[in-house]
Amino acid sequence: MDSFLFSAASFVLTTIALGLIVIIQRPADVDHMMAAQLLGTGGAAILVLLAVASKSSAIVDVALLLALFAAFAAVAFVRGAIKSTTKTPTVANGR
Amino acid sequence: MTLAFDIFTAFAVAAGALFFLAGTIGLLRFPDPLTRLHALTKVDNLGLGFIVVGLLPRADGVLGALKLVSIWLIVQLSGAIVTQLLAITVRQHGPRG
Amino acid sequence: MSASSVFDICLAVLLLGIGAWTIIVDNAFAAVIGFVVYGLSLAIAWVRLSAVDVALTEAAIGGGMTGMLMLGAVARLRLARVDGAGTRWSVRLVAAPLCALIAASLATPLLFPPPVIPSLAPTVTQNLVPTGLGNPVAGVLFVFRSLDTLLEKVVLLLALLGIWSLAPDGAWGGQPGLRVYAQPNSTLTFLAQLLPPIGIVVAIYMCWVGAKDPGGAFQGGTVLAAMWLLVIIAGLENVPSIGQPWLRALLVFGPLLFLVIGLAGLVLANAFLAYPPGYAKPMIVAVEVALTLSIGVVLGLLAAGPPELARRQ
Repeated sequence: MDSFLFSAASFVLTTIALGLIVIIQRPADVDHMMAAQLLGTGGAAILVLLAVASKSSAIVDVALLLALFAAFAAVAFVRGAIKSTTKTPTVANGR
Repeated sequence: MTLAFDIFTAFAVAAGALFFLAGTIGLLRFPDPLTRLHALTKVDNLGLGFIVVGLLPRADGVLGALKLVSIWLIVQLSGAIVTQLLAITVRQHGPRG
Repeated sequence: MSASSVFDICLAVLLLGIGAWTIIVDNAFAAVIGFVVYGLSLAIAWVRLSAVDVALTEAAIGGGMTGMLMLGAVARLRLARVDGAGTRWSVRLVAAPLCALIAASLATPLLFPPPVIPSLAPTVTQNLVPTGLGNPVAGVLFVFRSLDTLLEKVVLLLALLGIWSLAPDGAWGGQPGLRVYAQPNSTLTFLAQLLPPIGIVVAIYMCWVGAKDPGGAFQGGTVLAAMWLLVIIAGLENVPSIGQPWLRALLVFGPLLFLVIGLAGLVLANAFLAYPPGYAKPMIVAVEVALTLSIGVVLGLLAAGPPELARRQ
């Protein structure tokens, strides 16, 4: 069962790598920004598989942090590109 | 009983991995960033969901199972939000932006 | 070849590929994305090397915080209209052999190890028992090399002072100019209302579990910083002025408590940063909680940048 889980992790890793290659080859910034989300989902899957295969529950915590920070990174990327950002934080509304 | 759980895990994990492959193929073949976002967030998320469900029988107690499910929920939430934000970017900059 | 070796090889190829692309691409924004993707993948590599604490920190800092810092730098470059022509080839020709030398010197002791590999692991495990901690990394950080940890936190504050010193004279004590996504009621507002409570629970969990399992103050603090930045980016909170007393109190609270406990060790246990027997774990946990708060504030302010607006009176 453990080697099956490792093989599944390798398979998911390969699909993530292929997805990254596809993303990289496109010239638009918008496509590059999808890389964070791709790695967040795929990385979480790989780490969860590794956690069960290595019988170490601490690795699930790594998957949790990876998911959180991939989300944070994706938001940071998109915010950098959207034209409606203003520079002065005093314009912030939404209270 | 363990054998039944093992078979369940094997099938669910295999299904999850296949959905990841489908998501990558979608990234490759879809013509437009907006359509590619569907492949990226929905399909890959479903793959992660299948893998999480498949690994639940082998989780470390109730807390471990809760952690696994919460990882999936966080990825779903971030996927939904990031898709919307990326779509706004595409609308502003155009698909070649 | 076992399944785990196949996985390791695939991961190594992926890492090399992402690293190469990050160097080759000529768009600064794309290079930052490459760097963040590299950091997130490197976390998986650390897991395979059984360094779970390092993996947690890599995912947090390398994936989230450093990306945020560099995006801020790229945005400022764009505003200043500095069209970087990329690194010159002469610089690359000098840097490449130096990097190869570092890689070779790291690889040599791994590929050709000495007959008896020196290791302090048995000594650490033996001396960990009287402290009551279960995580050897926490033991090294807070018991055996606690002076280094104390100085690291001071270094963080010095780095923050360095960034603040980039402020124009009139803006000292004012608000950092962190760019905000200023559209009300958007999906980002929804995320910034839903994710931070989860993040705070994860941060508390990370800090608490660090005594027994991989985790600790640094990872928890980084999660806090990321959630705070998310709330600011979504426009739900304003960036605080750096002159505010509560902000500065939070910044120094962690290192100050660490220092006080270290000095108390002089009285109670006859050495600086020593712990009286039986009280090691509660004192360490107290220091970790204080450090989590301080690290969260420090990292958040590091990413917010130097103050640009004069303080509102």
